[in-house]
Amino acid sequence: MAIRSFFLFILFFSSLSPVFSLYEDQVGLMDWHQQYIGKVKQAVFSSQRAGRKRVVVSTEENVIASLDLRHGEIFWRHLLGVEDVIDGIDIGLGKYVITLSSGGSILRSWNLPDGQMVWESSLQGPNHSKSFLLVPTNLKFDKDNVLVVFSNGRLHAISCIDGEVLWKKDFEAESFEVQQVIQPPGSDLIYVVGFAASSQFEMYQINAKNGELLKHESASFSSGFSGEVSLVSTETVVALDSTGSILLTISFQDGKISSQQTPISNLVEDSFGPAVIIPSSVSGIFAIKTDAVTVFIRVIGKGKLEVVEKTTHEIAVSDALSISKDQQAFALIQHASSEIHLTVKLAHDWDGNLLKESVKMEQQRGLVHKVFINNYIRTDRSYGFRVLIVMEDHSLLLLQQGEIVWSREDGLASIIDVTTSELPVERDGVSVAKVEHNLFEWLKGHMLKLKGTLMLASPEDMAAIQSMRLKSSEKSKMTRDHNGFRKLLIVLTRAGKLFALHTGDGRIVWSHLLRSLHKSEACQSPVGLNLYQWQVPHHHAMDENPSVLVVSRCGPSSDTPGVLSFVDTYTGKELSSLSLDHAVVQVIPLPYTDSTEQRLHLLIDADKHAHLYPKTSEALSIFKREFSNIYWYSVEDQNGIIKGHALQCKCTGEVADEFCFDTRDLWSVVFPSESEKIIATVTRKLNEVVHTQAKVVADQDVMYKYISRNLLFVATVAPKGSGEIGSVTPEESWLVAYLIDTVTGRILHRVTHHGSQGPVHAVFSENWVVYHYFNLRAHRYEMSVFEIYDQSRADNKDVWKLVLGKHNLTSPISLFSRPEVITKSQSYFFTHSLKAIAVTSTAKGITSKQLLLGTIGDQVLALDKRFLDPRRTVNPTQAEKEEGIIPLTDSLPIIPQSYVTHALRVEGLRGIITVPAKLESTVLVFAHGVDLFFTQLAPSRTYDSLTEDFSYALLLITIMALVAAIFVTWRLSERKELQEKWR
Amino acid sequence: MKWVKVIVSFILTLSFLSFPSCGFESDELLVDDEEFGLEGAPQHRSPEPIPTRSPPVTSPTRKRHSDLDSDSKIHFSLDHAFGDSDFSPAGTFSARLKTWSHGGQTLTKLRFSRNSFSDVEKEKFKNLLESDDFYRIRLPSNVLSPPGRDFIISSVKARCLPRESLDEHFVIHMEGVNVLAVNYGSPGSCPYPRNLKLPAKWSFSSHTVLKNSEQAPRAPVFTEEILGGENAEGEVVQPAERSFWAKYWMYLIPLGLIVMNAITQAMNMPEDQATGQVPAQGQPSAGAVQRGPSSAVRRR
Repeated sequence: MAIRSFFLFILFFSSLSPVFSLYEDQVGLMDWHQQYIGKVKQAVFSSQRAGRKRVVVSTEENVIASLDLRHGEIFWRHLLGVEDVIDGIDIGLGKYVITLSSGGSILRSWNLPDGQMVWESSLQGPNHSKSFLLVPTNLKFDKDNVLVVFSNGRLHAISCIDGEVLWKKDFEAESFEVQQVIQPPGSDLIYVVGFAASSQFEMYQINAKNGELLKHESASFSSGFSGEVSLVSTETVVALDSTGSILLTISFQDGKISSQQTPISNLVEDSFGPAVIIPSSVSGIFAIKTDAVTVFIRVIGKGKLEVVEKTTHEIAVSDALSISKDQQAFALIQHASSEIHLTVKLAHDWDGNLLKESVKMEQQRGLVHKVFINNYIRTDRSYGFRVLIVMEDHSLLLLQQGEIVWSREDGLASIIDVTTSELPVERDGVSVAKVEHNLFEWLKGHMLKLKGTLMLASPEDMAAIQSMRLKSSEKSKMTRDHNGFRKLLIVLTRAGKLFALHTGDGRIVWSHLLRSLHKSEACQSPVGLNLYQWQVPHHHAMDENPSVLVVSRCGPSSDTPGVLSFVDTYTGKELSSLSLDHAVVQVIPLPYTDSTEQRLHLLIDADKHAHLYPKTSEALSIFKREFSNIYWYSVEDQNGIIKGHALQCKCTGEVADEFCFDTRDLWSVVFPSESEKIIATVTRKLNEVVHTQAKVVADQDVMYKYISRNLLFVATVAPKGSGEIGSVTPEESWLVAYLIDTVTGRILHRVTHHGSQGPVHAVFSENWVVYHYFNLRAHRYEMSVFEIYDQSRADNKDVWKLVLGKHNLTSPISLFSRPEVITKSQSYFFTHSLKAIAVTSTAKGITSKQLLLGTIGDQVLALDKRFLDPRRTVNPTQAEKEEGIIPLTDSLPIIPQSYVTHALRVEGLRGIITVPAKLESTVLVFAHGVDLFFTQLAPSRTYDSLTEDFSYALLLITIMALVAAIFVTWRLSERKELQEKWR
Repeated sequence: MKWVKVIVSFILTLSFLSFPSCGFESDELLVDDEEFGLEGAPQHRSPEPIPTRSPPVTSPTRKRHSDLDSDSKIHFSLDHAFGDSDFSPAGTFSARLKTWSHGGQTLTKLRFSRNSFSDVEKEKFKNLLESDDFYRIRLPSNVLSPPGRDFIISSVKARCLPRESLDEHFVIHMEGVNVLAVNYGSPGSCPYPRNLKLPAKWSFSSHTVLKNSEQAPRAPVFTEEILGGENAEGEVVQPAERSFWAKYWMYLIPLGLIVMNAITQAMNMPEDQATGQVPAQGQPSAGAVQRGPSSAVRRR
């Protein structure tokens, strides 16, 4: 009986939900997946003689990865958590990758060949400090290599094999700031040097065998210190004084501190402003950088300094690489217009170059940020060098023999914003030869497919079919297609680079490092903020290329001036850029376009002035017409206040600016600061299409959805409960969900979830909101839905009213009317915690919706919206079942086939973007994090098109066979008739 | 002793309720949330405020009459502004502050007395009507220590208010003693092409509603019932199957008969067709008629 009911249950579900899933051979047909690692912070080359050459890197996305040195492919990679920032990596014993992360509190060891974790140990310490990881090659405790880690004010010696702490030594002195930890090769000593009380230089000499403090010396420098120190030999460091104008050469030979001060002006005549030491570890040489020049200085003997080179070019230096017992080499990269010059020098011989190469470099990559050097033995037994360079756009390149061997676009691992653009329309004039070739290919392909369907194909044929399907040139064309599957994804990365990715195969069509996001005098640390569709030509402006607006600002705080740039999406050219004299706090794309299809945008600055763009008189006249109908809101989540605003009049500034407007506050919602804190605000997508307002429910009844573009979902939690899950008891934690009309400030719905806690992920579409939070009482995640229905239109059910025109369906809606709405809500348990949530959106809004949930496992799960229907009941009536209402269950099902990402993972998932295709049934989904994933979804299956593998040839052959049969039978019957007649 | 207290407070409340609304010419309305909730709001209402939601009890202000009573009367003022002018007092809300045994405080029995417009204000309001501008109101965000953190502002197009008199509708969203938001507008609809219409009577008819937070419906918890529930499901499906026959037998039997009839006819057809086929040859029909039987005859 139980089994039967179970089967019934399964049957019931499988028949109800159109299970979205792929067959194995469909993987890669419509989807693509790209793996990235992020901007490389540190790279260590594996010194293994045998086996494949590899380089281990740690990145700013908290990834450690092992890359193939020949092709740049990823052997393995691990994404540590967001909080788990990597401080240092190294290779121990030639086969373990050692990583120090989380501010020096977690030390891990990974197996180099396959990336399996070998051990992990957590290191505590008395106070917070810089952390250092040293892997001395010759420091041994009975065959066991020792790792020296300085973190959190404590020096540890750790066994390389099992991660056991051999000894530890605390540095508890109050203001001791560690600057360097040095382990001179060939000795059993460890030096820890640092500053104390900002003017005291401290040196500790420690026995590496047992952690015993051998010597402690200190010397005070009245001028203080600034910035980092540079290590010029194992017993000498160079530091700068607090003004940045005097160089201090401090040596602590044999435990005695001696120092020498050299004003920078003695070395460099034309230096202005404070200098900074460029961190490097080349013995005998260090580099300082002032405003305009970079100076390389050699230390000769007892603190004597000598300038060896001065350059005004942008420069990057690698760490030293010891190539033989007493020889160290380092790489130097200088920029010169479109080339970069790579020189490899020996540390003690500045004038002689081991290697000098020039490599052509695209402008789009910007400056070289980091250099890592590695050597190899050439076929003629001499030393060869290759360097790994990290560029301004976060890409990673390997240079060898004057060429770029491979490059990785790792900027794509940190996407800030995404928008889409249509491709150009296909022009006529296809050559005949191409058609013939295509025809032959087409026929061949279809014959193969036919064989496949008739099960006549051999394994080779099957392979050919599969590769043909995967490589279908159709999907990667650079023109617009009928179904709207081919588009450009325009992505803005944290490096300030704009990429256009083709949706067909994910290749980079163009990339552009925004000039406006370059560091400049006026704009010290520009950050890209958002992308907006500036111009989407259709109808009467077909000849124009579409363009996007990139909004950025000159610093991390919101009151720094903004920068706008306009980029053509077909070519990737920056059309123009504007440096604004006001800040950009909020950007509001208005639903109006001018005659060239440029969208009007309203930019709100920090002083609550509104600025209209584009600054043309036409835009202004359009804007004036709609002046009184423009409302917006602002959320001050620190204060817990939401305000509504409207436009007032022209700015009253000293300079007359007719595109600037004053604003006024219309309404405000003030959340009591002692009981509520805003943690999430969500609105509907601006471009969402709703097919119909009416929803036919069971018994031929109609409900009208309350559809307004001006709704805001707000979630607040108790201030105590805004921390991590489990930090509060259910009694002192609650979550309140609001639905606020942003024109009038009305609260349309307000509901409290007691004993619940954030983080809240919410999505708002049509007339419903779905949000995800944690229920402390049930110890489970929950998802709630509420749907809002308009009652003022509920009287329009009478057919006669509709016939006689006595309905109010066409009357304009004013939000100043008192809304008559009802809300229905329901909560369900859900197993996963979420990273992102999105909803599918289709061209006309007819197709049913699916929620796309970015799970904690970095996958995207599609969940039918019908599971989150507040009208679900335990025993739906027959009519309700026909409508498609699923019987109520307490938790939402996770159907393994409905993972959109199938077997793949989008590491570090941050966002899911859905874009409607032209074909109503299909939606394009782009998920980004450290990895990128793109696919097409059909929430209600592709009811409006034939599937990819539909055999046209079979159809054609069938038709032909039928036609032939008709002719044959006709002939036969005629003949028979004739015979009849002659009989 | 306790009983006496309760009875006294009860009598007090009663006497307060029965007391005729005094003073101003505004026709004030005594409405409570329970009586005048938004239509159709889900009825999942917590029977009483939840203790944890209430903020710490603030020190009683001068406006509270007595601290001994669990109920005390408080006032807070409503300010208004015409367009962008400054705010000026426009009326007073009075309510009873109910202190629950567990320390929470809520407002009940909200009353509102509206000051009538002075001539200057009338003039200003007329200007608003002409320019279709906003009439703005504000409330303190904390009723015990006004204005609290900030004022709660709300506004409406002035043209939405005039009907016979000036009709206004307040929905005040409360959280303990904090005012969260106020929804202000006309009690009914305000159709979009807002026409200029002066009120016949320059007095306000005000409606006020106090709203507290509702509790969300709990996620349904099935523990044992899951299997049972589905079992019941299966049993429901089967009767439906049987009832199909019961329902449609009257259509199905004639259909069956028709089908059977058609089949028997089809079985008879071939012979007829064999004879009937010959005429359809595009020959003159007269000839066919003549020849048809003859061939049949011949065959026989």
